Amino acid sequence: MSALSDQLVTFAILAYLVAMISHAVEYALGNARARAVAAPARELVGAGVGAPGGTTDAQVPAAPTAAERTAARARLGGRIAVGATAVAALLHLAALVTRGLAADRMPWGNMYEFVLTVSFIGAAGWLAVLWKRPSLRRLGLFLTLVMVLLLATAELVLYTPIVPLVPALNSYWFVIHVSTIVFSSGIFLLGVVPAVAYLMRAGWEQGRRSFPYTLAKRMPDAAALERLTFVLHAFAFPVFTFAVIAGAIWAEAAWGRPWGWDPKETWAFISWVVYAGYLHARATPSVRRNVATWLAVLGFLTVLMNLFGVNIFFEGLHSYGGLD
Amino acid sequence: MTVVDERPAAPAEAPRRRPNRLLALLRNSWRQLTSMRTALVLLFLLAVAAIPGSVLPQRGVNPEDVRDYFVAHPDLAPLLDRIGAFEAFGSVWFSAIYVLLFTSLIGCIAPRLRDHARALRSKPPVAPKRLDRLPQHAVFAVPDGGVEAIAAALRRRRWRVVVRGDEVSAEKGYLKETGNLLFHSSLVVVLVGVALGSWYGWSGNRLLVTGADNSFCNTQQQYAETKFGPRVDSADLPPFCLQLDDFEARFLESNGQPRFFDAKVTVEEDGGTPRQESFSVNSPLRLDGANVYLLGHGYTPLIRYTDRFGVTQISDKPFLSTGDIGLTGEGLADFPDANVDPATGKRDPNLQVAFSGLYLPTAPQEAPFVRSEFPTERNPMLNLVAYRGNLGLDAGIPGSVYELDQRQVTAGKVKEVGAKLLKKGETWTLDDGTTVEFLDTVPYIVLSVRYDPGSTPLLFASGFLLVGLMGSLFVRRRRVFFRVAGADPAGGSPTDGSSLVEAGGLPRTDHPGFADEFASLVAAVGGTEARDQRDGAGRDDDRTAPREGAE
Ligand code: HEM
Repeated sequence: MSALSDQLVTFAILAYLVAMISHAVEYALGNARARAVAAPARELVGAGVGAPGGTTDAQVPAAPTAAERTAARARLGGRIAVGATAVAALLHLAALVTRGLAADRMPWGNMYEFVLTVSFIGAAGWLAVLWKRPSLRRLGLFLTLVMVLLLATAELVLYTPIVPLVPALNSYWFVIHVSTIVFSSGIFLLGVVPAVAYLMRAGWEQGRRSFPYTLAKRMPDAAALERLTFVLHAFAFPVFTFAVIAGAIWAEAAWGRPWGWDPKETWAFISWVVYAGYLHARATPSVRRNVATWLAVLGFLTVLMNLFGVNIFFEGLHSYGGLD
Repeated sequence: MTVVDERPAAPAEAPRRRPNRLLALLRNSWRQLTSMRTALVLLFLLAVAAIPGSVLPQRGVNPEDVRDYFVAHPDLAPLLDRIGAFEAFGSVWFSAIYVLLFTSLIGCIAPRLRDHARALRSKPPVAPKRLDRLPQHAVFAVPDGGVEAIAAALRRRRWRVVVRGDEVSAEKGYLKETGNLLFHSSLVVVLVGVALGSWYGWSGNRLLVTGADNSFCNTQQQYAETKFGPRVDSADLPPFCLQLDDFEARFLESNGQPRFFDAKVTVEEDGGTPRQESFSVNSPLRLDGANVYLLGHGYTPLIRYTDRFGVTQISDKPFLSTGDIGLTGEGLADFPDANVDPATGKRDPNLQVAFSGLYLPTAPQEAPFVRSEFPTERNPMLNLVAYRGNLGLDAGIPGSVYELDQRQVTAGKVKEVGAKLLKKGETWTLDDGTTVEFLDTVPYIVLSVRYDPGSTPLLFASGFLLVGLMGSLFVRRRRVFFRVAGADPAGGSPTDGSSLVEAGGLPRTDHPGFADEFASLVAAVGGTEARDQRDGAGRDDDRTAPREGAE
């Protein structure tokens, strides 16, 4: 069962990779709608001036133009990408379930399992976003990239064989605390994708044409990305708050104090304060939206710090990352 | 997006004739402090100020690491210590930031509380003249029942409604601000809870060995270390006595990781009848005025020494765990009263005896016998080193009771007289004919006893905080207006001159779904022929925008 789970992770990575490549194809083939509209006009002009050499093959109106064909191919790429993402998410889920069955507990016992679960929440959340707002599909390019990177890191660097939980983790608060932490981290992970895309897209819309901004040429509207960023963070923040509170309740029972400024707790506090800062900044009219969005990105960096950095660099009561 | 504007940072009112500079300065500083921008900056500072506390070792979390840090960085450490870097979360700079932040917070919520209380009592405002300028707008034929029917339909949907002549104004979503204020007020209560805990709370740690002889009662002297809040003194400790009857731990076969703990104790609270309790990691023993937490455990070897006069004594001091997974224990069995001549009662201080040793619950098959392989007693072995001489206990120099005073060894006052590996029940005869016997082991547990009066307020405040937060984030404030007009205000009259209702809607906070809500509201009050609905806020809302890619 454990080996099956490992294989499923590999397949999920491959499926995300397929999704990413299909997104990239869609992306490379261009802004399908805009070109499809622009193409007939060009054709008309060509016909009016008279094609040099007198060829007439462009005059057949029923034949699909090259641009239309490209557009269709781009759409196909996009659809394949979404399909592949869905398949990947299913494989991802299956990997988690088999891992949980093999370990006979929730699959959140160490850093490897943690990253696996957080990224699954991100992927599932992304499919939910796509369901409600299909027009944001192009964002999938960034999202699948993040998935591939995270899962590959998990598999190559963080992999840990299955071990049961140490008793400090063996409590129903464990399930409540960790599930909500994982869930909110997954949504924060999902949220940072439109946040970064927004920062690039907003630059593009303001006429910046240098490197990172050009990547956003065919991303959805800056305003739509910004809104999605906010919605995701506004959703994740209370869940995260609850998770921190549940953690404090658990810490009181296990270690005798609700809060002890252990490195994990400290970084959770930092993340919480930074995200509170983001929500504040966004609600303050005099703070520009991209400043606020940078705070969201910063918030995610602190979440990453807690996920990886604290397990690796610091020693505390929360040391059960599974890396020695 | 939001209606909660930043309060002006600079005074906008006309200058008075004789401005009091100081007052003006104070007022300006206060405004500055209570502005959202300042709150933001302070929040950011708070996050940054928390970082050193996670990077540097902290006394409250790990005092040994702090000591190690002093050894490793002898120049830097004292400097850091001066600025409180090893107690970062109690330091002046950290406190200054959160005190400012909470001052700002209180200065921010107090006027908003007042305004909101007023808003809750006031009625929705008069409809604006031009309803067609609002983000949502519709015109439809007057429903049966007219204005009153509209008002009733709105009330049924829990809008706050006021009817003024042929006009209806309604508002919904007051809970947003209520939630926001509840959230921010709860933050203040959280801080109060933390303060209560640190002023009136106390804690103590100690080891507790199995058996009636080793029971302890709750007084300050009974703890190896204590931490008392500034408002606590030893007379405040609740009286109770605790005796460890039995302790059980189970481990995983595969790697020796602990799986289950259970400490059975007899508790006697404030002169009541003794009762049996059991507790564990994750489920502390909750007593009146104190909680007892299980933090660790280990083995206590029972070592019997028979001296030159045939007098026997038994040492039952815990061997402290060295921290490995096999529960190797390290300790000292000392007999300062050994070799006292029973006839004269005179003791020769140079004939005191001590054994320092390692206890291995599961010793390896061959040497070196320094590290236990498993936490349960599969092959228990006690590795003892015997010392004789003046142990230095009378000198009054405090030392650890679990270690031999090495100063006496270097000074040559204590001499090593042999070493031996003992199994349970084995006896070792020393060079002077005295004997030492390894009788058995009993478990001991590491306890932390704590009282934190802030924890209950903290729990409740956290609950309110969460509820308030959700109200604040998810409730949307919005207004709608309906006006019965004589004829179609837009000019052309599709209903042959009969009366029309004009409706307008204004989302007061970011609310992408408002267009839909408005439409369904209009339909509900009778405007089935609703028209002229503009989509103001739903620009990026795919439910109303063309579905590209949804084919
Ligand atoms: C202890 C520090 C503080 C924390 C952790 C904090 C946290 C938050 C959070 C998480 C929100 C988002 C909820 C929402 O959008 O309604 C919020 C909103 C808000 N906070 Fe704070 N806050 C703090 C201090 C302050 C201070 C000092 C002020 C006043 C200057 C303030 C004024 C506001 C306002 C007006 C909103 C509503 C924004 C909106 O309309 O969405 N907060 N706060």
